[in-house]
Amino acid sequence: MTVGIVVFPGSNCDRDMAWALQGCLGLPTRFLWHGDTDLAGVAAVVLPGGFSYGDYLRCGALARFAPMLKEVEAFARSGGPVLGVCNGFQVLTEMGLLPGALTRNRDLHFLCEPCDLDVQPGSCRLLADYNPGERVQFPIAHGEGCWQCDDATYAALEQAGQLVLRYRSDPNGSRGSVAGVCNASGNVLGLMPHPERACDPRLGGVDGQRLLRALLG
Amino acid sequence: MARFRAQVRVQLRPSVLDPAGEATRAAAGRLGLEGLSRLRIGKAIDLELEADDRESARRTLADLCDRLLANPVTETWTCELQEAP
Repeated sequence: MTVGIVVFPGSNCDRDMAWALQGCLGLPTRFLWHGDTDLAGVAAVVLPGGFSYGDYLRCGALARFAPMLKEVEAFARSGGPVLGVCNGFQVLTEMGLLPGALTRNRDLHFLCEPCDLDVQPGSCRLLADYNPGERVQFPIAHGEGCWQCDDATYAALEQAGQLVLRYRSDPNGSRGSVAGVCNASGNVLGLMPHPERACDPRLGGVDGQRLLRALLG
Repeated sequence: MARFRAQVRVQLRPSVLDPAGEATRAAAGRLGLEGLSRLRIGKAIDLELEADDRESARRTLADLCDRLLANPVTETWTCELQEAP
């Protein structure tokens, strides 16, 4: 039982994620190179933050062609837990595993600050250890985190309980202050805030620990 | 096979906020240029391709735009296609 962290050219939160998973939580972890295809022994997959393929064309647009992501897509569609953080969230939307799209922050600033989030009632497996309505704090660090979708999609997602994390105070213009979205089956979660930066008490908070632990839950 | 040139334009959908376009429009005002009521920033992509005929080239381009060059959630595209001299 290992958590796999996909490493793309341009990933820069892969080692933070490994530190949080293995260093702070003691979960077995290994890196999955984007060009490989071996998911043997991997029980959960994380797509980390960064700038995969330099964010060329659109954030996350080129990562979906990586050989490893063909495997990850099949893994996700068969119910395996997949977590995308920041650029990983952008990749999941470009792959079509999560709805909506991430665009430039409303005020164009790169935002790097702690953010209060409300956990919404929903069926996301990776948030099962949080109470609905619970407030948590994860840092954000992004320039393109404004989540958008059309009216019909938004209504359907809200109805289905897939808008699972919202900012207390919307920093980037996201529709409905949405910070995180899960798929209909609840096994794929994408969020712009960084739970891996809220796992070490020396960094000011450990609200992210339960989310990461749930990967091997 | 014939050779074609194409220019694809990708634009944000009208419903999608374009903060970069809005900031640029505001900057034009600071240059003292008046009357600019709308400025939206998109992408222009130049391509050359080979195809059996115009219809086949158009299909390839449409596939490329739908599946790679534009994200249909936030963007639309248009394309001008001409036979290369």
